[in-house]
Amino acid sequence: MQRIYSSSLQKINQISQKCWKSTSTRVELTQVRYPKLKRGNYSVISDKHISTFEKIIPGRVLTSATDDLESFNTDWLRTARGNSSVVLKPKSTEEVSEILKFCNQQRLAVCPQGGNTGLVAGSVPVFDEVILNLSLMRKIESIDTASGVIVCEAGCVLEELDNVLREKDLMMPLDLGAKGSCQIGGNVSTNAGGLRLLRYGSMHANTLGLIAVKADGTVVDALNCLKKDNTGYALHHLFVGSEGTLGVVTKVAIQCPHVPQAVSLMFLGLSDFASVMETTQRAKGFLGEILSSCELMDLECADAVVQNMKLKLPLERMPFYMLLETSGSNAAHDEEKLNAFLEAVMNQGLVLDGTVITEPSRLKAVWHLRECIAEALLRDGYVYKYDVTLPAQKFYDLVPFFNDKLKEAGALRCCAFGHLGDGNVHFNVTSTEFSYKLLGLIEPSIYEWTSKHRGSISAEHGIGLKKRDFLKFSKTAEAIEMMRDIKQVMDPNGILNPYKDLGEARGHEARTTQAFSRTIPAGLQAREPKFAMPKEDSEQTALRTELENLISSIQDKQKEVNDANLADKCGDMGDAPKIRLATKKMLKGHINKVTTCHYSGDSRSNYIVQNRKLNYFLLI
Amino acid sequence: MARVLVGVKRVIDYAVKIRVKPDKSGVVTEGVKHSMNPFDEIAVEEAVRMKEKKLATEVIAVSCGPTQAQETLRTALAMGVDKAIHVEVTGKDLDTLQPIHVSKILAKLAQDEKADLVIVGKQAIDDDCNQTAQMTAALLDWPQGTFASKIEKGDGILTIVREIDGGLETVKVKTPAVLSADLRLNEPRYATLPNIMKAKKKPLKKLTPKDLGVEIKAHQEVVSVEDPPVRQAGSIVPDVDTLAAKLKEGGFA
Repeated sequence: MQRIYSSSLQKINQISQKCWKSTSTRVELTQVRYPKLKRGNYSVISDKHISTFEKIIPGRVLTSATDDLESFNTDWLRTARGNSSVVLKPKSTEEVSEILKFCNQQRLAVCPQGGNTGLVAGSVPVFDEVILNLSLMRKIESIDTASGVIVCEAGCVLEELDNVLREKDLMMPLDLGAKGSCQIGGNVSTNAGGLRLLRYGSMHANTLGLIAVKADGTVVDALNCLKKDNTGYALHHLFVGSEGTLGVVTKVAIQCPHVPQAVSLMFLGLSDFASVMETTQRAKGFLGEILSSCELMDLECADAVVQNMKLKLPLERMPFYMLLETSGSNAAHDEEKLNAFLEAVMNQGLVLDGTVITEPSRLKAVWHLRECIAEALLRDGYVYKYDVTLPAQKFYDLVPFFNDKLKEAGALRCCAFGHLGDGNVHFNVTSTEFSYKLLGLIEPSIYEWTSKHRGSISAEHGIGLKKRDFLKFSKTAEAIEMMRDIKQVMDPNGILNPYKDLGEARGHEARTTQAFSRTIPAGLQAREPKFAMPKEDSEQTALRTELENLISSIQDKQKEVNDANLADKCGDMGDAPKIRLATKKMLKGHINKVTTCHYSGDSRSNYIVQNRKLNYFLLI
Repeated sequence: MARVLVGVKRVIDYAVKIRVKPDKSGVVTEGVKHSMNPFDEIAVEEAVRMKEKKLATEVIAVSCGPTQAQETLRTALAMGVDKAIHVEVTGKDLDTLQPIHVSKILAKLAQDEKADLVIVGKQAIDDDCNQTAQMTAALLDWPQGTFASKIEKGDGILTIVREIDGGLETVKVKTPAVLSADLRLNEPRYATLPNIMKAKKKPLKKLTPKDLGVEIKAHQEVVSVEDPPVRQAGSIVPDVDTLAAKLKEGGFA
């Protein structure tokens, strides 16, 4: 019986490994992969701490002794794994407040976590930070249909909120591929972008207010539900996009737009990027007020989706695909605008082929093709994921810049997709497994390139752990200092999501600020030299040539004259008599040694003057 | 070379959440997104493929319904159908319209258009009747191949693999015949832009049931339409004995 049982287990393992090879291997611990990261000066979790947590949130304390914490410790991209032994699951703002108050007193580091779908390893611990997971806080407090405002707790899943809102003819203002798992608290804390930012704006625009808990447990009630409220500093904006480093968001008020009556999606195929740019311009012209999304994906992305996700594209293989979505209040009007646009781009030969979809079932299916690219690329093995904003013309330039270099070094795919309408490109490179060499070829080169073209090194993914050393490419030193000032005020002990965003809080700085840029062992560095060689002009070249010629002619002359060596000449001499050395006198000072030389006319004894400092002997 | 008649129905899109009207007379259709019945899409795709393989000369799409049914026919034309016929049924007649009437209409059109093959989807996703193909075949006295998951054309004979409860059944039918398409017959194509443009110029004929000599007579009356009962929460039992006892109580064991 045992044998049958274990052999079927083996079979299951084999099958699951074949299905998805990357999940069968455990992700390397972050502290191992990035050895220069040093654990900050925080307390270590003890049984006393755990029993206090049990008192605050009975039955909702998970520990590594009794539960599997792997999924809490590992990020979605499978690039980072922490070593936390405790996961706390509070159900209310009061519980979060008590937990943080205690952690602050005890100097325990905390890693706030929502849906854990972040792409910069910001939602998983680096070392053994206590994981504060808000998944159980999923109450929807109220939906005001008149104003379109929803008030709900931070752990509500985005897609579920959208479904509930649609029953009241409202919708969430943001939409991203991770919507089935990501939580609104995380979306707010990371200022999530997504597919519809073009139309409905960012989380800064749509978060009317929130409740957050500071590191010391103070509850900051900035839960305003009014569209207009100019009463003092807009405190909630401080927390939006702060990635859990300034406070833990527990409740939010979101402005929701009305569900559009008519939604249409165009899936277009184009031959080159110039056509893509032209088409985008036409789209803004013909469809301006109804355009709700403008996305791009290239052929390599499409291939990944077809191969790894086993899906079918509506069109044949073409170099570029665009997804243009319109949302309006009148289907007939929108159709007219769409037809005018399509006729124009087809007649001008900008678009090779395309299809228009209006049925909800088909809309979901075609959007899925774009939304699952991240997952499709992940199935290659390891993804190097970058998210930059670039000027419109340069949107696709990263791919030709890196493609050949990286493919030579063993990359599987080098592709780009993203929010064309916002200038936000997701540049991705995949390989079968993590390689320091590939990482070194991409970073910091990509950030330097982006900075040079005045782009942002992180358009919507945030800084988290992965990009903290490159913040300087997009923010001035003064700005970063000011951010540190604010962090110091909000979280003096630096317990909230340490190691992320700005790195260590003031006073906790280890010599680890260069953890990422120097990660590659010296032997594998393949970067350009830091300092460019000075440019040579003709005069310098002429002088150098002359110098080299002189040197070589001297060496030749030396060789000519060199007709014998010491060994030949003295080889036949007898052995020297035994030498008796005794220190006659210690001479101090240079002039003494010089005058001594004059005294040694006596040929019976030889004297040696030794200068220890300059390392010579004088035989006199 | 066959002339193919394809029946398509305009139904509420399957991704839309269905809402029952407060007066329980039916479901809300006003302002709700409609699309072509998915099985009918498969039927259209099959007919168009037959034409591409030169097994069919002309494909004609038919739809019975209100004016908006023309949108569905335009989609069929964009997929490659040659011409479309819209049998207009509105108002009271639309509420009374049942597969029996549709079958009569299709049978008459099959004869008028001299069709060799009639293909429809196996059932509509709104009424789940699964009757039209069978009744049309009976009215025409033609052989039928329903739940087709594979169609092969021979000489005056069609070999059809049918998906049935027990597995797969292969039947041979002589043409002319009536077929109904099942899910795995094919994967319908997306209508691409050049075809959408071309479709605007393809002929779309409008008729009424009266023109075809069919009377939309009510055979049944819908008494009420209700939501399915809300699923009751389950209960967790502590051990197997309690489970056995509960099953006995419920009359299941």
